[in-house]
Amino acid sequence: MFDRIFKFFSSLRLTVVCLGLAVILVFAGTLAQVDEGLYAGQARWFRSFFIWWGPHGAGWKVPFFPGGYLLGTVLLANLLAAHFKRFQLSWKKLGINVTHAGIILLLVGQLATDMLSRETQMGFAEGETKSYSESGMKNELVFITDAATPDKEEVISIPASFLKKQPEISDTRLPVKVRVKEFVANCNIRQRAPMLDKNPPPATQGVGLRATILPEPESKEPDKVNLPSAVIELVGVQGSLGTWLVSPWLGPQELQVGNKTWRIALRGERHYLPYTVKLLKATHEVYPGTDIPKNFQSRVQIENSKKGENREVDIYMNNPLRYEGQTFYQYQMGPSDYDPNRASNLQVVKNPTWITPYVGCSMVAGGMAIQFLMHLVGFISKRRAK
Amino acid sequence: MKKWLPWIVVAVFAAWLLGSLRMPKDKEWAYGSFGRLPVVSNGRTQPLDSLARNTLLQLREKQTANLEPWKEWYQKPKIISATEWVLAVMMKPDDADRWPVFRIDNPDVKGLLALPGEPNLAKKQDGKHYTWLQIKPKLADLQREVIRASKVDNSKRNPYDQSLIKLWTAQELYNRIKFTLGPVGAGNSDEAVKAYMEKVDAGRAAYMARMDKKEYDESALAWLGEQFETPLVLPVEPEKSRNQQWSRMAEDLIQTSRGGGTPNFAVPEYAKIAKAYRSGNAAEFDAAVAEYQSQLADKFAPALKKGRAEQFFNFVEPFYKAMIVFVCAFLLALGYWFKPKQWDWMRRAAVGLVVVALVVHTGGLVTRMVLEGRPPVTNLYSSAIFIGWGATILGLILEMFWRNSIGVVVSSTIGFITLIIAHHLSLSGDTMEMMRAVLDTNFWLATHVVVVTLGYASTFVAGFLAIIYIIRGVFTPSLTPDISRALTRMIYGIICFAALFSFVGTVLGGIWADQSWGRFWGWDVKENGALIIVLWNALILHARWGGLIKERGLANMAIVGNIVTGWSWFGVNMLGIGLHSYGFTNAAFRALLLFWVSQLILIGLGSLPKHMWRSFQGVQDSVPPTGGKPKKNLAPATS
Repeated sequence: MFDRIFKFFSSLRLTVVCLGLAVILVFAGTLAQVDEGLYAGQARWFRSFFIWWGPHGAGWKVPFFPGGYLLGTVLLANLLAAHFKRFQLSWKKLGINVTHAGIILLLVGQLATDMLSRETQMGFAEGETKSYSESGMKNELVFITDAATPDKEEVISIPASFLKKQPEISDTRLPVKVRVKEFVANCNIRQRAPMLDKNPPPATQGVGLRATILPEPESKEPDKVNLPSAVIELVGVQGSLGTWLVSPWLGPQELQVGNKTWRIALRGERHYLPYTVKLLKATHEVYPGTDIPKNFQSRVQIENSKKGENREVDIYMNNPLRYEGQTFYQYQMGPSDYDPNRASNLQVVKNPTWITPYVGCSMVAGGMAIQFLMHLVGFISKRRAK
Repeated sequence: MKKWLPWIVVAVFAAWLLGSLRMPKDKEWAYGSFGRLPVVSNGRTQPLDSLARNTLLQLREKQTANLEPWKEWYQKPKIISATEWVLAVMMKPDDADRWPVFRIDNPDVKGLLALPGEPNLAKKQDGKHYTWLQIKPKLADLQREVIRASKVDNSKRNPYDQSLIKLWTAQELYNRIKFTLGPVGAGNSDEAVKAYMEKVDAGRAAYMARMDKKEYDESALAWLGEQFETPLVLPVEPEKSRNQQWSRMAEDLIQTSRGGGTPNFAVPEYAKIAKAYRSGNAAEFDAAVAEYQSQLADKFAPALKKGRAEQFFNFVEPFYKAMIVFVCAFLLALGYWFKPKQWDWMRRAAVGLVVVALVVHTGGLVTRMVLEGRPPVTNLYSSAIFIGWGATILGLILEMFWRNSIGVVVSSTIGFITLIIAHHLSLSGDTMEMMRAVLDTNFWLATHVVVVTLGYASTFVAGFLAIIYIIRGVFTPSLTPDISRALTRMIYGIICFAALFSFVGTVLGGIWADQSWGRFWGWDVKENGALIIVLWNALILHARWGGLIKERGLANMAIVGNIVTGWSWFGVNMLGIGLHSYGFTNAAFRALLLFWVSQLILIGLGSLPKHMWRSFQGVQDSVPPTGGKPKKNLAPATS
């Protein structure tokens, strides 16, 4: 039995079948991205073990095609089994062995990147200093209060995904219980117009009294951000503190619990850095007489008091800054609420395995070159001999 | 004699090519000198000659203007050069407006504009080309339809919509050129400038009214807007402005009329040229052009030099000439196959011609690189040129080893086809456009893009070899065991290199993405397209090593490689999503579909049972009708 399984996993036929399925998967996934959006399409087709399908509206789904993770895993198993079975440490096989080792590294590295990497953004105007980056995809509900040390705040954060799933959130660290009344994944918020809005306001406390939620379809485009909103009821020890509207559209709102003042907000998930980044100058050049961008550039100052570091550096297209495990890329000119020519948006990426594709690629390229050149030299010398 | 024939053929072509390198001297009017004058359009410095040619390409798909298109070629219609045409548009627009330079093919668009759709010799109409005066009366209708069509999703536009948008772009380009010199084109008389400034003021008033949400004069505002879309025709002396090197005529005129200093030095020069041209005084015109050039030579020598080089490049048309030589080489190489023993001179002559074509092709490629200051591939157009170049070299290498004219056929056919594709791509405008910020890096353009494009080229070469295998095998008796073995080895070897190039190129693209925005692999459509090529080549190699496919299977799979590469090269640009959506492409979709269908038909032919192949008739079928295992009488797997 084991022999048969091993034989199955080490066969070249399996390689060919998997590669064929992978071709179909990539092609179909590309087409599907047009309708499903870049991120949703990726998750469904490539970052999955199976592609599920069910009739529209039906409650059931069946897997009908292997997903990217499954094919990747089988190919990896196939490769390992085949090498285990046929591995020879000889010069003749050097090229093939190096190539395949490189492919293993690439596959594993890509999986690790999928699991471990994190993309956030840092948007600021000239002169502004930031000590955190913000996620464009994920949001958090925060309760902020002044900490014992001056100039510091105490922040309690709840990922927005909890609000979507759980009707009630309670924790000893939270000053209140949170009951989710309504969650809109993407919306616009405008001032209430007394003539138009006859229905009651979304909330009984805070800015929600004067606002109207305009739900919008959830965007699937890679560079468009979804701005959610939630209506939550806050329940303290003495009972309900009313319902509140929170959204990244709105600033923090003050809330009195007992004798302590809290500020609540729903905002992009923040990741704090142990150093600060200050935008000194944003440059935005276009080609003469056109709107075609020629250069985006940010000059920033990094201040790291722990290391006693204080230096200036230029970040521009194709020239990122790698610092303390994070990489800062010039992303766009400023966020929309700033003067675009005097502000900048950096993409901040944490990817501990960023080096693997560089090494993997060199190995595969080198291995293939060795292998094919050996063929070619053999072939030419044979023809010469004729 | 036969020994010398190849050399004679090559010498004749080389003489023709060398002879065509001489640009004719200007006769009465210094059109050539005028065409050399630099302007900035599309964000880059270029000679007026390039601006004129690219505009005409978009208006009528030709680089010249035919003023009498209703005449057949033997009736000698009056055809003028692009420069001559652009000169008239700028300085004698009343004449140019009467020239039929707008090509319209779509009958519904003709109907919309109430244009005569049938040729009518008596009225001097050919039913395809129209003048600005014919289009202008219905411009409002055209605009209304264009606004509707532009709201339709790019992929869902029908031929009528596409034709509308094309015509709208064409008239915009035409009017931009017409407005380039403003009142200076009319000789810069005081009345002309005064009238011009009145229009400027009306446009400005309309703009202010619109800002205040009052009623405003739409046409006045549109006119003013168009003045600021024109090419930048005035070079600004470095000491006059720190950050601006070129300016528009309108900017300078408005500034001067508001009392903002003296006009740009080029303004009176252009006025002189225009005056001489309008009065029909050739000697004065030539002197004025020469005078402006000598002024430029002082401070703008690089722009002038680039203008000269680009004008020469435009004149030589190296890719067009390479195409002609490729066709001749192809015919000779094909001829050899009929009598391989006696007609070896044909094959050698074909090799010689491919080398000649390659020299011309390389010359064009390198000139483009120098003019742009870029690696060879910067856009879809140049990728076509480069694929042709790479495939030609691969074909020559194959020919070097096998000497059976297969390599020459590969070189000449792929070279020719890719240049035709490039020609069609050039119809959409300037092919040397500037690179957006993220693409503005010669290092990655030189590595990732070049290597990936070589991957495309070699995959196409393998696929084309497979086509030769199948066509010769099915339709002719010429696929002898020797030829069959040779072709199989060629296909296999080329696929090895295709796998290497496409893999390295794809991963380099990932590394570039990692450098640009921290995402090594983003499942972008173009990345996926390249990945499919890599996977497919890997699949072929593994299937071959595993003995799952033999000669015919290899050929069929290599043709699938063509389909896959066609998808990656063109298909993904048609999806219009993702970060790589720089390619144009709407009309190309049908061509791509046709290509795919043709490849599927070839695969169908390649899958015919062996007894239906003419080359294998009489040879025992390797697959017994009972469906047993194939006999191993074919070439061993070449691993």
